[in-house]
Amino acid sequence: MATLSNTQTVQVGKGIQKRDRRRRITMGAIFLVAALFIWVVFVSNLEPGVTTRFVMNPGGGSAEAADWVFPAVTYLNIIATICALLGAYQIVRGFGKFTYGVLALVSILFIFGFLSWATAGGQTNLAGLLRIMVVRAVPLTLGAMSGILCERGGIINIAIEGMMLTAAFVSTVFSSLFSNLFIGLLAGVLAGGLMGLIHGVLSIKYKINQIISGTVINIFATGITSYLSSKYIQKVQYQYLNEPGMFPQINVPVLSKIPFIGPILFSHNMYVYAMFFFVFLLTFMLFKTRWGLRLRSVGEHPKAADTLGINVFKTQYMAVILGGMMAGFGGTYFSLGSSGRFDEVMTAGRGFIGLAAMIFGNWHPVGAMGAGFLFGFFDSLSVRASLLQVPLPSEFLGMAPYLATIIVLASVIGRGHAPAAEGEPYEKE
Amino acid sequence: MEKSTENKKNSISVFWDEFSRSNLLVILLAIFTGILLGGVLVAITTNEVYDAFRVSFWGGLGTAFKTAWNTYVSLFTGSVGNPQRISAAFESGDPLTIRRAINPFFESLVQSTPYIFGGLAVALGFRAGLFNIGVEGQIFIGAATGVWAGYAITGLPTIIHIPLAMFFGALGGALWGFIPGILKAKTGAHEVITTIMMNYIAFRLVDWLLKFPMKDPNEVTPKTPWVLDSAILPRFFDSPIRFHLGFFIAILMAVAVYLLLFKTTWGFELRMVGSNPNAARYAGIKITMTTVVAMVLSGALAGMAGANEVLGVNYRLLPAFSSGYGFDSIALALLGKTHPLGVILSSLLFGFLRNGARSMQLSVGVPIDIVSILQALILAFVAAPAIIRTIYRLRESKHKEDLVSLRSWKG
Repeated sequence: MATLSNTQTVQVGKGIQKRDRRRRITMGAIFLVAALFIWVVFVSNLEPGVTTRFVMNPGGGSAEAADWVFPAVTYLNIIATICALLGAYQIVRGFGKFTYGVLALVSILFIFGFLSWATAGGQTNLAGLLRIMVVRAVPLTLGAMSGILCERGGIINIAIEGMMLTAAFVSTVFSSLFSNLFIGLLAGVLAGGLMGLIHGVLSIKYKINQIISGTVINIFATGITSYLSSKYIQKVQYQYLNEPGMFPQINVPVLSKIPFIGPILFSHNMYVYAMFFFVFLLTFMLFKTRWGLRLRSVGEHPKAADTLGINVFKTQYMAVILGGMMAGFGGTYFSLGSSGRFDEVMTAGRGFIGLAAMIFGNWHPVGAMGAGFLFGFFDSLSVRASLLQVPLPSEFLGMAPYLATIIVLASVIGRGHAPAAEGEPYEKE
Repeated sequence: MEKSTENKKNSISVFWDEFSRSNLLVILLAIFTGILLGGVLVAITTNEVYDAFRVSFWGGLGTAFKTAWNTYVSLFTGSVGNPQRISAAFESGDPLTIRRAINPFFESLVQSTPYIFGGLAVALGFRAGLFNIGVEGQIFIGAATGVWAGYAITGLPTIIHIPLAMFFGALGGALWGFIPGILKAKTGAHEVITTIMMNYIAFRLVDWLLKFPMKDPNEVTPKTPWVLDSAILPRFFDSPIRFHLGFFIAILMAVAVYLLLFKTTWGFELRMVGSNPNAARYAGIKITMTTVVAMVLSGALAGMAGANEVLGVNYRLLPAFSSGYGFDSIALALLGKTHPLGVILSSLLFGFLRNGARSMQLSVGVPIDIVSILQALILAFVAAPAIIRTIYRLRESKHKEDLVSLRSWKG
């Protein structure tokens, strides 16, 4: 490996060029297909003069905003044209490092188009939809960031689900015992960190395959939380252990008064603000600090990192423990931020979707949050599917994020974007 | 050790030497340790134990031991049967009493059957270096297609209808395995993620199927019609024993997977792709083809698990079909060292545990979730033999103890 000859290097370079070109064209084709889809499916099914009405007030909010009424066909034509232009440019020249940003833009346009079409002739509460989207994105984004922390350090973490579930349980019990939400939060975060440590011991010290180690943690977490739950906190005489309370809604001064945006973004409980904070913090830490550089170098090439004096094992333990704590924080959202109690298997697969959000977001916190919003949107939409004007079963709307993940994974990401040394236990020589 | 015994080893010490290095001992000790820790957990979550400890230390210890013991006795009688009751039933000679007494044993076999299919599915994937987490979804789809063939295709004799319905189940699962397989082979999309996504798609698709196209028009809630008599897997005993033909089909499939993996060229190629893809590529093995076919076969086996449940046990498909069989299958395939015989044995273990735990919940009030905890502990110990070898001070294995060789997202 150490002696790559010149010709080999050139060939590798050519290979990457070819791959990049293919990826560029695929992405452009996706944009074009989106445009075509809007024209063929949406526009052609509408009467020319029909209007779409979006309610811009989630209801019960402090800000008032007028409804947004517009002619559906005109707007759809504009959207489709923009998508087509972006697609053409992407195929011919490529957006380079802005490609993912443009992908996000096209996704938003497409979804907006879908919504305008599905609402045409009636009305949809857009503000309510987006508000729920933000809420639903929280556990997914936090879970994805747990995955990013671990995987940037080279440890695959499919145990996010189990870590979240454990934290949800522990936080419920501690918060109820001490009647203090913050003690519950702390206990949940620490429980997540402990699960991370176990994952680390199994996969770093004992070198178990990381996917198997994650599976062990998931099965164990499901078992132990359900066991203790049905043994204790679901029973009437222990009911006091399952009354943790909930973090209150905080309306950000001034900002929450902004029409439309205020109620969507600035009147939530602290988890939404924490999500934005952690996304910012993790992006900064990963890409702008020495700490992040070291972590990423361990994930990409542990041997080189070791040669340069970085303690690979220590870094990896830190990564999984911090990742566990992040998942733990996300887990407490279920009990302390969303339902105010613990129920068996209450995470309901969100940890796995968080994992998908991480991959969708290309192992980047901001991308993961974008993916979290995308999944959250469909989650929020599938609940309201019956209110739409088109007869689309909610089950199919519910499938959309998973289908989208598969398509993006297969067409754009495919091989090679994950940290290079991921999944391989490091053997010190 | 005395010198004389070292010089001249008798057969027993040679056997012990080999045995203590072998993987089998590790597995047995892993199961033992897991069950032991499960007993500790049961004891420390029982209030009577604390009450007894308040009186005296030894009394507390005795109560703790008794609690754990009672739990496992109830697990045993729930999964195998109560020996006294069985002998009493045979003495009485009443067929119904006998059937009721031996029912727990056969019910455990019924519980094991989908595990065998599912475990084989996961094991086959592992052998090809693929981690099929999608078994749960494939079971759902297999159940849907199997039940459809069972009620919608009419006018066939049993001898044709049963294989046909099982085949449809396999077909549905195979389709659900084919998609991640072809994506993995052609684009490198990692099967762990795609199969998880396919799981969720399957759950929602089956929900929708049950609500609309496959719904029994005579029912208010979403249920499929009953499977026709000609498609029902025959049972060997009268009620209440539900032991049916599916168990033997599962065993047959295990034999087929064994022959395929270890006695055919293609199986060798598959295992080579799994253990060393680079070597396989240089040897001219078509990795794309092998990956796709492995996923298809894996999905087909999982689909048969679903078909087996609707054709052998439930006779119709209900929304609450979810069973967790798919996720347990991962654990038991690893426990069985991804070998068909190992899969059968660990499926039996899991089936007996699952069935016993249900009656355990009823009789001594220990939640059924104890089984998941046992499974996780056993799996952890089997996957990390070093833990067991350290606890029991065993010597290192002569063989490399790699369970499976899985690669990361990169593919």
